Amino acid sequence: MFDWFFDAAAGFSDAVYVSVIKEDRYTYLLDGLWVSLQLTFFAALIGVAIGLLVAVAKLQNLDSPSKNRVTGVIRKWLVGLANGYVSIIRGTPAVVQLLVIYFIIFGRLLQPVFPNVPDLAIAAIAFGINSGAYVAEIIRAGIMAVDKGQTEAGRSLGLSGAKTMIFIIIPQAIKNVLPALVNELIVLFKETSVAGYIGMMDLTKGATTIGSVAYDYMIPLLCAAYIYFLVTTVMTAGMNKLERRMRRGD
Amino acid sequence: MKKYAKLLAAMMAVLMLMFCFAACGSEPTEAPSTDDNEAPAVDTSALNLQNDGVLVMGTNAEFPPFEYEEGGAVVGLDAEMMEEVAKRLGVEIEIKNMAFDSLPEALTAKEIDCIAAGLTVRPDREEVMSFTDGYYVASQSIIVKKDSAIATADDLTDKKIGCQSGTTGSFLAEEYTDVANISGFANGALAVEALVNGQVDAVIIDNNPANEYGAQYADQVVVIEGQFEDETYAVAVAKDNTALCDAINDAIEAMKADGTFDTIVAKYIK
Repeated sequence: MFDWFFDAAAGFSDAVYVSVIKEDRYTYLLDGLWVSLQLTFFAALIGVAIGLLVAVAKLQNLDSPSKNRVTGVIRKWLVGLANGYVSIIRGTPAVVQLLVIYFIIFGRLLQPVFPNVPDLAIAAIAFGINSGAYVAEIIRAGIMAVDKGQTEAGRSLGLSGAKTMIFIIIPQAIKNVLPALVNELIVLFKETSVAGYIGMMDLTKGATTIGSVAYDYMIPLLCAAYIYFLVTTVMTAGMNKLERRMRRGD
Repeated sequence: MKKYAKLLAAMMAVLMLMFCFAACGSEPTEAPSTDDNEAPAVDTSALNLQNDGVLVMGTNAEFPPFEYEEGGAVVGLDAEMMEEVAKRLGVEIEIKNMAFDSLPEALTAKEIDCIAAGLTVRPDREEVMSFTDGYYVASQSIIVKKDSAIATADDLTDKKIGCQSGTTGSFLAEEYTDVANISGFANGALAVEALVNGQVDAVIIDNNPANEYGAQYADQVVVIEGQFEDETYAVAVAKDNTALCDAINDAIEAMKADGTFDTIVAKYIK
């Protein structure tokens, strides 16, 4: 009566054996996860650094008078550059950016200067540049949400414009946008799944590689999906905890 | 505002027209010949095709000269050979172009009826699919930059090797270097691009595409041949679909006998 069930179960366990256990194939998944995590970590660092700078650049108020003409021109250029960067990155797919940075920027243009850049570094830079545009918009929104009175208070206490921004506005802005930043981290982690396009063995590529040697994609793909889900769940849980802790400070 | 509305309408008209053409383009590439008196060689319903009367062939059209894109269609030795096979079987052919390493899964999932993709007969592949008789003998070649110190297969030890994912070359690479040092790309051209850029030290790929790429970058790379054992390309069908397997074998045998096969080979391989 339940034969079909046991047959299916036996077939499933065979498939698990072939895809995960035979010839230590699970190492493709574990090594792949490690690559994906490293990639996400370094890309996030680069992304936040770029995002902060770009957010501040985009918030320059060009109507307010500059001290002299030169700084005025520089400020104008910075705003233009930041706007251009954000629109280009947001307007093109991450895979295309990755391929351009790998094959054209590092492959052709920078080859004479930096001949042996590891794939991981190139990919981290590519994903970092990609993430930076989104982080910039998040932080910009956060800074704008901080009450104007905070800037006025800082300035009237004798702090310079830059110091007010760094010590008073940005800390409050970061606190406001932390959930959005963790969300961006989750997006970034999932985005790294396209690293296989430049030949990197990340979690997704590890899964498809198992598929190509075991000639069965079902189990490896489901495993990869489960691992991605597990990691993003941990990230979300961490964020919730952090948020609760932050709220105690209010 | 009205001006823009007109512009928008014009753009949408053009878009719809393009969709029309795209839809026309995706029809089966070759209709069975009805005008000449070539009767179907076998009863097509016995071939266990997914759609009776249509042989769906899976390939990866990034593998010159066996299959590549030209003028919006898949051409090459495999494509033309299978078109001729389909004609002789009295069925239409539909070519599906997909990633090389997805082909076995597509065959198992019955999305395609056969694979003709310069596919090498390997024992591990024979466990999940059935092969016809071999139709071409190939071997793997190494492509390196002109100034490279790599001269034989032994020199590949612990080097950074580029290849096309899921191919014989990718399996060979694992014998010489750590998995972390292997860059598996979607096609051979990208692997060669990475080689020319200095991002991998060598590329292992089948000899015919290797020579095509070698000719393309003649001033920058050299092709090292004869380092690995010969292998055989064959058409793959779903495991135990012996009817289709035999029918393809008979058709290719007949093509070899009447010279059609040699003509096709000569057209693509100089």
